[in-house]
Amino acid sequence: MADKRITIQATRFDPEKDEKPHLQSYDIPFTDESMVVLDALNHIKSYVDGSLSYRWSCRMGICGSCGMMVNGTPKLTCSAFLRDYWPHKIVVEPLNNFPVIRDLVIDMEDFMHKLKSVKPWIIRKQEIPLGAGAHRQLPAQIEEFRQFSECINCMLCYSACPVYGLNDKFLGPAAIALARRYTLDSRDEGLKQRLPVIAEAEGVWECSFVGECSVVCPKGVDPAKAIQQSKLDTTLRFTLPYGNRD
Amino acid sequence: MSTESYDVLVVGGGLAGLRAAIAAVEANPRIKVGMVSKVYPMRSHTVSAEGGAAAVLRPEDSYETHAFDTIKGSDYLADQDVVEAFVREAPVEIIQMEHWGCPWSRDPDGKISARPFGGMTTWRTCFAADKTGFHMLHTVFQTSLKYDQIHRHDEAFVTKLLIEDSRCVGVVALDQRSGRFDAITAKAVIIATGGLGRVYAFTTNGNICTGDGMALGYRAGAGLKDMEMVQFHPTGLPFTGILITEAVRGEGGYLTNKEGERFLKRYVPNKMELGPRDIISRAMVTEFEAGRGFEGPHGKFMHLDVRHLGEEVIDRKLPFMRELGREFVGIDIVKDPIPVRPVQHYMMGGVDADISGATEILGLYAAGECANVGLNGGNRLGSNSLSECLVFGAAAGRAAAHYAASAKPVTANPVDAMLWDEARRVEVEYLEKKGGHERIGNIRYDLQREMDAGAGVFRTKESLEKLIQELGVLRERFTQIKVEDSSRTFNTELTAVLELDYMLEVSMVIAVSALAREESRGAHARRDFPERDDEKFLKHTVAFKRDAGRPRLEYRDVRITNFQPQARTY
Repeated sequence: MADKRITIQATRFDPEKDEKPHLQSYDIPFTDESMVVLDALNHIKSYVDGSLSYRWSCRMGICGSCGMMVNGTPKLTCSAFLRDYWPHKIVVEPLNNFPVIRDLVIDMEDFMHKLKSVKPWIIRKQEIPLGAGAHRQLPAQIEEFRQFSECINCMLCYSACPVYGLNDKFLGPAAIALARRYTLDSRDEGLKQRLPVIAEAEGVWECSFVGECSVVCPKGVDPAKAIQQSKLDTTLRFTLPYGNRD
Repeated sequence: MSTESYDVLVVGGGLAGLRAAIAAVEANPRIKVGMVSKVYPMRSHTVSAEGGAAAVLRPEDSYETHAFDTIKGSDYLADQDVVEAFVREAPVEIIQMEHWGCPWSRDPDGKISARPFGGMTTWRTCFAADKTGFHMLHTVFQTSLKYDQIHRHDEAFVTKLLIEDSRCVGVVALDQRSGRFDAITAKAVIIATGGLGRVYAFTTNGNICTGDGMALGYRAGAGLKDMEMVQFHPTGLPFTGILITEAVRGEGGYLTNKEGERFLKRYVPNKMELGPRDIISRAMVTEFEAGRGFEGPHGKFMHLDVRHLGEEVIDRKLPFMRELGREFVGIDIVKDPIPVRPVQHYMMGGVDADISGATEILGLYAAGECANVGLNGGNRLGSNSLSECLVFGAAAGRAAAHYAASAKPVTANPVDAMLWDEARRVEVEYLEKKGGHERIGNIRYDLQREMDAGAGVFRTKESLEKLIQELGVLRERFTQIKVEDSSRTFNTELTAVLELDYMLEVSMVIAVSALAREESRGAHARRDFPERDDEKFLKHTVAFKRDAGRPRLEYRDVRITNFQPQARTY
């Protein structure tokens, strides 16, 4: 164990001097069975090459910053164990389908705009004063939306989505799942306000139901389900009398 | 370089910062609020909080009990007027979060559930399964998106507070994407940058918790209060330091030593697993020293056992713990005990601020973990910190908005000069530096080991004096730092070196404050002064930066209203 080593190939790209990205190889000690790909990157940055750039923080699978392609699959690098790859090399690349800012750092501004566009907040026809206390919400009502509220915005689903890869106007899995999260919340009355974004061609209808988003989600969210449910919602609405379409 | 201007500028995008930003806008909708954060707000470390947020919401509970529990938990170092205001405001904030959509776990009748927590005498910890911080952060972040008055500067790293005529008028921030330095000016600035756990090797804190706001405030002339009070959480996973929530014990989990004994009966017989964090962490270390811990590849540990709770309860109330066990330890907590040991978790100390978050610097406010408003004293009770972020984040937001309404506008001239000077400082010290040979990683590694050894669960005069000496050596080595990355684009080596500079700064304050407090109180346990000494030390330590050498320490009386100090037994 003492001299076990593993090869990490990481994408390098500095727009100030590189025309295109290339892979750089690092041979690092694999000293502990608990090591994850993120630990390997941290070893490189701390002791081998300080210029390697990537995002990370919590290293417990909840902050959503350390998503990268690991041997071609979108993963949270804090939860991708070296022992599952060793003795083979590991290729670490920036998440697919996003512009790259630098090395392993992707540009996710597009998602930040899309997130805001689906109005991910409770919408009420009339605000309830704080003095009225908390809403009652039954455990079964929470179950309606709970899984969609587990999204950590890690972008793995966008990276896995072939539709987003072809058309970045597509609203995409996480934003639709989060819109669904609020729409299904018993406290919310915002469906009508969200529909224009959700129902338009590049909203839910762009999805061809490949379902990869739900496969790669590290948190067990099923965005594909949210999208198919939303398709049903937007369709059924138009079968209702106009006055009932709220 | 450019300049943007706001009425109120919030530094930090976690729970306290976001709550402050919304409160500022709601206090005055015509206001322009800026938010600068070194990460996208939803990455902030609030996201890792698990167990819950405390508030008096049940008829059988009372403000007095929550206040007393908090004050006793603090080992009487909390300011009691602040605690009394806090416990009254916390329920309002929990309901506000509910209205914003926080998915609080519910009782069968649809009311917000509560669970028991360490040091709390009744069930008052509201929770969203065991991802409470995650859900609160995403709820308040997503809610903040509806306010067009809040303008964010994501992934911008603050290197300096702008001070003009003893008044804080903004910050200098490095835009990580472009590498550009900007002056972001404001009539009022709120620091809400979170903790500093990364100065320790073994911590639950994420990579971003490097004490930035504390160092910024300190350098600008604000005091750092009670910095010797560092919380060690009893239950971290060995190797990673990942937090296993206190809710595991709240829901009925047992802590056992290698003899299979619930050893807490010797330390907190009336509370057992629901004792406060400082005492349980000390009990674990004491058991380790007596040879009653398990030995593993990553040091000594105890067992945290929830097998008797059954799969249904575990999946409903502790699903994330089961996930963490599977992912990071390869165990199923339904069938296997969880290996745990004490781990740095929280900083009670912080920028000295009053009940509205105002610091001693005009125009500068602080909220959340980076602040010390006097709530937590020597030991914070679990689940008070999420509530603290809400209550004091909102208070700081309102106070800053109010102050900004009558404050003079910021003048451009000196700001431009300060921006130029600061950008040049960073360029000269790091980016253009030649001939350095010290790796950031090596200095950081040594700092973290020294802090674990010198200012851990137990301290002594010797350990702290050695630590102070080593910190001096590390500061000297830091002058020889090498930054290999000269790119302007997302240069994370530059931000790492700026963070290391902050870490060295706050570590010295911790060590010097701890050496001077010759007693044991709350999380500060001196082997050479094992008793609490109310005569000499029923006081806050406040540290101020001097031009050279160690910080200057002042002492301030603790404000006592209704609860006279007593022996603290559980």
